[in-house]
Amino acid sequence: MDHPIKRDHARFRKIIKGKIRDNLRRYVSQGQQIIPKGTDKFTVPMPSIDIPRFKFGDKQQGGTGQGQGEPGDPTQGQPDPNGQPGQGEAGEGEGQKELDVELSLEELARILGEELALPNIEPKGRKSLQSTTDKYTNIGTSGPDSLRHLRRTYKQALKRQISSDSYDPNNPTVVPIRRDFRYKSSQPKVELKNAAVVIYMMDVSGSMGDEQKEIVRTESFWINLWLKSQYKDIEIRYIIHDATAKEVDEQTFFRTRESGGTLISSAFNLCKSIIDADYPPSDWNIYPFHFSDGDNWSADDTKLCLDLLDNHILPASNQFCYGQVESRYGSGQFLKDLTARYGQGHDKITLSKIKNKEGILDSIKEFLGKGK
Amino acid sequence: MNRTRPITGELLALKNEIEGYAIEYGLDFFPQIFEVCDYDTINILAAQGGFPSRYPHWRFGMDYDQLSKGYAYGLQKIYEMVINTDPCYAYLLQANNWVDQKLVMAHVYGHNDFFKNNAWFSGTNRKMMDVMANHGTKIRRYMERYGQDAVETFVDRVLSLENLLDVNELFETPELRRRRRDSDDKIKEGDEGEFLVDDRSQALKAFMRTKSRAEKKDKVKEEDVAHHDSPEKPLLRPTRDILGFLMEHAPCEEWQSDIIACLREEAYYFLPQRITKIMNEGWASYWHSKIMTERALTSAEIIEFADKHAGVMQMGRQNINPYKVGIELYRDIEYRWNTGRFGKEYNECTDMKEKAAWDHNVGLGKAKIFELRKSHNDISFIDEFLTPDFCERQQLFTHKFNPRTGRNEIDTRDFNAIKQKLLMQLTNFGQPVIQVEDGNYKNRRELLLRHNHQGVDLDVNYAHETLKNLYGIWRRPVNLATAFEEKEVVFHFDGKEMKAIH
Repeated sequence: MDHPIKRDHARFRKIIKGKIRDNLRRYVSQGQQIIPKGTDKFTVPMPSIDIPRFKFGDKQQGGTGQGQGEPGDPTQGQPDPNGQPGQGEAGEGEGQKELDVELSLEELARILGEELALPNIEPKGRKSLQSTTDKYTNIGTSGPDSLRHLRRTYKQALKRQISSDSYDPNNPTVVPIRRDFRYKSSQPKVELKNAAVVIYMMDVSGSMGDEQKEIVRTESFWINLWLKSQYKDIEIRYIIHDATAKEVDEQTFFRTRESGGTLISSAFNLCKSIIDADYPPSDWNIYPFHFSDGDNWSADDTKLCLDLLDNHILPASNQFCYGQVESRYGSGQFLKDLTARYGQGHDKITLSKIKNKEGILDSIKEFLGKGK
Repeated sequence: MNRTRPITGELLALKNEIEGYAIEYGLDFFPQIFEVCDYDTINILAAQGGFPSRYPHWRFGMDYDQLSKGYAYGLQKIYEMVINTDPCYAYLLQANNWVDQKLVMAHVYGHNDFFKNNAWFSGTNRKMMDVMANHGTKIRRYMERYGQDAVETFVDRVLSLENLLDVNELFETPELRRRRRDSDDKIKEGDEGEFLVDDRSQALKAFMRTKSRAEKKDKVKEEDVAHHDSPEKPLLRPTRDILGFLMEHAPCEEWQSDIIACLREEAYYFLPQRITKIMNEGWASYWHSKIMTERALTSAEIIEFADKHAGVMQMGRQNINPYKVGIELYRDIEYRWNTGRFGKEYNECTDMKEKAAWDHNVGLGKAKIFELRKSHNDISFIDEFLTPDFCERQQLFTHKFNPRTGRNEIDTRDFNAIKQKLLMQLTNFGQPVIQVEDGNYKNRRELLLRHNHQGVDLDVNYAHETLKNLYGIWRRPVNLATAFEEKEVVFHFDGKEMKAIH
């Protein structure tokens, strides 16, 4: 049994997770606060939770110290030239002002899910993604010492001793020799999973400023988080476009800024060809996201976009999401066109208008709230 | 759950060796028990204030979290835990190397001697391990009955007031209490079983008291059972023992009074350690240094010992290091009393040359430090033995925050300023002096606390949150009279909003 403090620790974790949930809006609107640590861990900085007490205000109090220096010299920040390096100072430290809370992807996603009341996604299609993992289910006669299977080794030694009549029941000593050693050995195992791909498309024309991109970046962070928690492995593809579209990596996606005009159809076309080439809809759960400020070059192009959506993208996708980020320059026309065509209640298309950073969380809820 | 085990073999032999030195030097200690454990266990023990079993609370989990991370990142390491019990338990980290174990053992005998002999510890319950475990059992049972959330919330509220203690309570005995009560009020509460002088834990006695009170309450069937004590029995003298006051007078359920009693008992148990930090750590360091350098060390171990010792003795620029100031002060006193550098004759000597060479070879040093470790606490220790000479040699200074540069800066090295600042920091173990002044304020059963403002404002946000917690116990409006930014103010919380009344 674990020490009871593990329960106190679990309680503490529960409390801070509650705090993170309460402050989720703040974390989401200030996207950079959550720091990914490795692939499936995150560090969330949060103010230390303290039991409130009557105590003195910090700054007025002053104090006493020991060491060299003239009046006016700072007591912190500059290393004492004669100070001892390394060794920790004895005694108790002052209460820490900040806690760094480590959360796994699942925990963070659960917080998001609970706060936004997100339904779990019903994957479509069959489990088709094959992944092989090594499972230690076999016993072999060779291997590294660290994998030696003690029980099997001794069993083997016992067998040998009995068969060679060197086993004495009155003095049951079993001594394995080299030949008795048995090792755990691995066997590749194929697992089938639901496969999912997210295709982000973003308008990088001149009217999309840094603030707009920051919104898209934050939003995609949380969307990825949620989808990663729902599918074991997801692929993420990025497309940027102005009047032409190209596929880029994640870094480029958020950094590029072009000045050209906007032809949304170019992105939709590329999206279509990516799906056609790599992701047969029968095997994949496909999530295209498009972010723009709603400007499109011409009504003709918009018509082309709607065609592509109707005939290619929508049939292939679980859900198509369009997020319109408000900008000073954008007309916001594209959202109106989409709304006119599909209405708000369309099964496969989700439209969302993101006014500013505070609107991100609501928009995420709109995108993911359908459970598809 | 055997996470710790008694020492055996080499370590046991080492213990006997060190114990021999301790006896030889005249230390007087409780039977000493050492156990070894791994770092995870020592983190658990440290998070729980040294005790293997405490009541369930998230704060222990938080401290454990921080300690474990600190250890994993190599930021800090706990070598030892020692607790004030009879026999005295101390835990050694299994992974300590040989010199560390020696040092730690010698250090522990210093603490043990201090626990046993210092007068401020005389009233502490030396069977606290059992008491703590019992508190854990009780609170766990309350959680089963009344729900974990309800009990935890209440514990949080009480912990919020845990620092509002009266040092004089350490010398309080049932006998004293009774005498004062008799002289205070003629209204006798009748037989409450309080006249028994026994060694039952305070919490148990308080529990019995609330029980008998509750029975009486049932009989009398007062119209207003809540706050039954306050109106007909006005608070005669203001008290700083706020938990004690709430235990008696707040409108609590039995289990709630009992929780206050448990936490109050634990807080008072730890209080002597808070008011003797410099003396206690200094004493233990003085002895580990003496035992190690004069007896226990082999020549091969000297460098390693010096390295560790220097780490522990590192001067602190932001806060004084109690280990360092403590050990140096004991050594200074020993030197002064050995050479006769004290008293009227020495103080009034004006010949600087004579004073510098002063050595009357009176040899009273050892006797002096053994004597003073019996009766002093940090305040009287500093007040009586800090000298200008000492301050200069130890490079002591005061610092304060400079709003212009936004940093803490050295203020002065003036002896009087240093002494005053040190004493101020030690006053009331560094906590604001706050007392209950009225349990029936404005004749509306409001609670009035008064902060005795001594130049430093309270942290307002914390004060507000604390008042809210206090309200959760008192269940009527609560008030705190204090000064803020040089103006008198009363913070008033009525359960809904916080008001500052000037």
